Amino acid sequence: MIKTDIIIIGAGPVGLFTVFEAGLLKLKCHLIDSLAEPGGQCSEIYPKKPIYDIPGHPSILAGDLVKNLMEQIKPFKPGFTLGEAASKIEKSEDNQFVVTTKLGTKHMAPVVAIAGGLGVFIPRKPPITNLLDYENKGVAYIVKDPEIYRNKKIVISGGGDSALDWALFFANNFSSKVTLIHRSQSFRAHLDSVQQAMNMAEKEKINLMLDSEVIGLDGYNKLEKITVKNKSHEEIVIETDYWLPLFGLTPKLGPIANWGLEIEKNAIVVNNATDYSTNIDGIYAIGDVNTYPGKLKLILCGFHEATIMTQAAFKKIHPNKKNVLKYTTVSGVNGFD
Amino acid sequence: MGLMDLIKSFSMESNFVKIIIIDRLGKEHHLEAPTDMNMNLMELCKSYELPVEGTCGGMAMCASCQIYIESNHVSLERSKDEQAMLDEAWNVQENSRLGCQIKLTTQLNGLIVKLAPETATDEDW
Repeated sequence: MIKTDIIIIGAGPVGLFTVFEAGLLKLKCHLIDSLAEPGGQCSEIYPKKPIYDIPGHPSILAGDLVKNLMEQIKPFKPGFTLGEAASKIEKSEDNQFVVTTKLGTKHMAPVVAIAGGLGVFIPRKPPITNLLDYENKGVAYIVKDPEIYRNKKIVISGGGDSALDWALFFANNFSSKVTLIHRSQSFRAHLDSVQQAMNMAEKEKINLMLDSEVIGLDGYNKLEKITVKNKSHEEIVIETDYWLPLFGLTPKLGPIANWGLEIEKNAIVVNNATDYSTNIDGIYAIGDVNTYPGKLKLILCGFHEATIMTQAAFKKIHPNKKNVLKYTTVSGVNGFD
Repeated sequence: MGLMDLIKSFSMESNFVKIIIIDRLGKEHHLEAPTDMNMNLMELCKSYELPVEGTCGGMAMCASCQIYIESNHVSLERSKDEQAMLDEAWNVQENSRLGCQIKLTTQLNGLIVKLAPETATDEDW
């Protein structure tokens, strides 16, 4: 059991900044995120896009903002449970919250701050009629354990970084037979990896099928063959052990929706007049995941919400302890040993 | 009144155009769209609370605002980023565009668009 003062669900910019504000109040934090890297949407969707409305930064790349926030919260030594979606919340006998992830990691704290943004990032599925029949029987939407693909026949679909990166990884490191299928001639992935894939295709280390898409799956009890259709409407059947349709991730509110919180239009209703508290005492919601009259889904507003919320969390955790607002210019930043 | 009569009846007020959005259940929504607020079609749908996610905020990076252009008010030419995104989306047709890449201008008065189906996700993940 991981014990802390505030469990923060969501390691996007707002979740990360909460660690800083809590740290100034001597509260320890532990962050849980379904993605393997901190940063949320900033890392997952638009790391190379500039943001122009972070006060004091005329322009900053989303990826750099995350890097800076990680640097800023370093003194407060936050804990991280990454790559695991928070799935269950319970109350312990001594009135603490216990948050359990999908993989079973348990966390305990008197306060939970949900900074879940648009929710959990989950893979997008291609619309193929018998797709469900082959899920976990040859079809997978994310690579959990690369080892199972060693020396196997693998077909990967997609034109983004994950499709290219995994195709290159399997072809370079395992003697797997890799086919990469993409619907057009151009890729969204980094130029370097596209070039590398093209070179490997020339050397016949990757079977590259452009202007093509998978339209059918076949096999007895497990995936054995896929049907690929190209732009000239020719259909080709390929024998394969695995098909990895890697078409990116999209956010869904996910398990949080079933935690008994008041939800309105896919967001958690909070009391913005005081402290962003939810209908459950001790659970707060900040950033894009909450809603209240006049709500603006902006990182800068999320930072403000995090700051107000941590003051309330302090009073909740230490009801009888005095505390005054400290200026960092006066007190500096005193981290945890 | 037929659809075409209705379109003809739309006035050409300076800062507003009328746009018809057909949702996924086939219902028509007749929207008044401001042309001077630097808005795009995805944002227009969201402002009227139509079920368009616009996850990436309008950067042509998610395809959750895919629409079908049903009248000849908008060019079907796509930018490189938009094309790359549609290359990884589904239910893409010749008249597919990303709503976030279509700016609201006076030329769009009477435009008819249809929302593309939503993408399924792997909820078990």
